[in-house]
Amino acid sequence: MSRLATWLILAATLTFLIGPFLIVIFAGLSAGEALAFPPQGLSLKWYAKVFTVESFRASFALSMFLAVFGTLAALLIGIPAAYALNRYDLPGAETIRTIVAAPIIVPGIIVGLALLRYFVVPLNVTITLALFVTHTALVLPYAVRVVSSSLNNLRADMEEAAVILGCTRLQAFTKVVLPNIRGGILAAFILGFVASFNEVPASLFLSGPGVRTLPIDMLSYMEITFDPSVAALSALLAFMSVAIVFLAERLLGFSRYV
Amino acid sequence: MSDAFVSLAGLTLSYGETVAVPDLDLDIAEGELIALLGPSGCGKTTTMRAIAGLLTPARGRIVIDGEDVTRTPANKRGIGLVFQSYALFPHLSAFENVAFGLRLRKRPEAEIRARAEAGMATVGLTGFEGRRPAEMSGGQQQRLALARSLVMEPKVLLLDEPLSNLDARLRLDMRNELQRVQKDTGITMVFVTHDQSEALALADRIVLMKDGRIEQSGPPAELYAEPATRFAADFMGFENIFGVEGPDLVSETGRLPLGYPTDSPILAWRPDGVAVGAGPHSGRVTASSFAGGHREYVIDCPLGRIKANAPIDTAEVPLGRDIAFDLPQATARPLAA
Ligand SMILES: Nc1ncnc2c1ncn2[C@@H]1O[C@H](COP(=O)(O)OP(=O)(O)OP(=O)(O)O)[C@@H](O)[C@H]1O
Ligand SMILES: [Mg+2]
Repeated sequence: MSRLATWLILAATLTFLIGPFLIVIFAGLSAGEALAFPPQGLSLKWYAKVFTVESFRASFALSMFLAVFGTLAALLIGIPAAYALNRYDLPGAETIRTIVAAPIIVPGIIVGLALLRYFVVPLNVTITLALFVTHTALVLPYAVRVVSSSLNNLRADMEEAAVILGCTRLQAFTKVVLPNIRGGILAAFILGFVASFNEVPASLFLSGPGVRTLPIDMLSYMEITFDPSVAALSALLAFMSVAIVFLAERLLGFSRYV
Repeated sequence: MSDAFVSLAGLTLSYGETVAVPDLDLDIAEGELIALLGPSGCGKTTTMRAIAGLLTPARGRIVIDGEDVTRTPANKRGIGLVFQSYALFPHLSAFENVAFGLRLRKRPEAEIRARAEAGMATVGLTGFEGRRPAEMSGGQQQRLALARSLVMEPKVLLLDEPLSNLDARLRLDMRNELQRVQKDTGITMVFVTHDQSEALALADRIVLMKDGRIEQSGPPAELYAEPATRFAADFMGFENIFGVEGPDLVSETGRLPLGYPTDSPILAWRPDGVAVGAGPHSGRVTASSFAGGHREYVIDCPLGRIKANAPIDTAEVPLGRDIAFDLPQATARPLAA
């Protein structure tokens, strides 16, 4: 009896987790003109159409740019920050940790609104720059956290050993610390990349005419055209995320870091 | 200036407000093998870190080979340090661990190869070049850490409890290994230990520390036979230590007539120095254990507990029975108050 209950709960969970994914895949395979499930007939034409929509191409490129370079920028700030928090007895380190975690806690809507009102409008910055800054800030907590946890596993005396053997502090960092937290850095990059690519609320506020991230572009596309190509695109994006995480898991045991 | 190779003068070391080592003076001769011995927290590691340059002294000077290095950064001192945890680089092979310092010095590749291979051979690790530290045993990691320091040909090699992570057999092997390397290279070595027998077996000179100060320093035989203070005697295995008052030995629990005159305020005996089976005193056996070459008794008497070793060929006195014993003048070690 309890065995049956366990199976039912497991099945329900899987349905909720994988169900939407399956629906989207099949909705995109529809031969009909409107987004519907179950699909009316089967065809690959909507999957093909995705690649012909000009705005999708532009917004995909923008999202890629933000995900790659926003995450790199976040790592550039986050790695030294994590190192300093970890190795030095900084006054107010606990406060800094809380502040760094803030973007995870504060709703993206508020972040977007605040940035728009007090950063973009008064300083008249370009939308691309505003999005770049925002995505960097939103990814930063992941960078600091994941890198911190791999630094925790690295004993400080290894750096001292390197210094005794002739390294400067900086050389000890690049020759001993960095190679040993490589896995954590890659994990942080992947996590940040996926978080940035899927980000909606803050980007919604900041996107402007002609400059939109892919998820925002999909939203506006759907307001006008209700064809299955959005489902097809969603399915493709989901595949991309799954593939990245799968590769990461295979290559470096990603789940150790998250 | 003295002719010491390493000289610590008036060295004061502190962590923020806490002074770990106040005003330490120590001279070490070239080629000497020094053991820093002392209980946990007495400042052994702190002193080593200061010599290595990982800790800046609050006061005092460090002179090595005629050069004042007090303000010289750790990476410019030419000193080797073997960490208790080994601190090997996990992302590098054993060979690259050993070659690490030579590569920093930008030596030609052929020289790096030759010296690193020679270093690994010195510690008996030939054939392990490609292994990662994680794929090596504790003893092998220890030897690798030693080789990594040795190939740099440091002026002084510091070892912080190098043997404490090894099991008893390996400890003995590594002890001999260290001694051999030291004799072969003639390198000046300072090693930290809180194991009295390790210090006795290895060192040319033992420096016994207590609360950041040097309690006593001298050759092993001297410290073993002639500890000067109660603390030193206790550390060197004098387990029976009593005060002297008039004609009596005294402790918190009572007194016992000594039977011969003495000038010293404190007398101490090793368990081996207490004679059992005959003598003017007697007490009850509260513990008795076979220890291979001898039998260890704990005897309850007016002074409290006496520890005594009896030759194994004497008849065992059972628990709870009285045993006669003597605290002979010949084996008594007089101590300063
Ligand atoms: N990082 C630190 N911050 C503050 N106090 C410290 C620090 N490291 C050591 N101490 C203190 O300095 C004193 C000496 O410590 P040290 O590590 O030199 O002892 P030790 O003789 O090496 O002991 P052990 O045998 O346990 O390794 C101790 O009282 C210790 O509490
Ligand atoms: Mg120590």
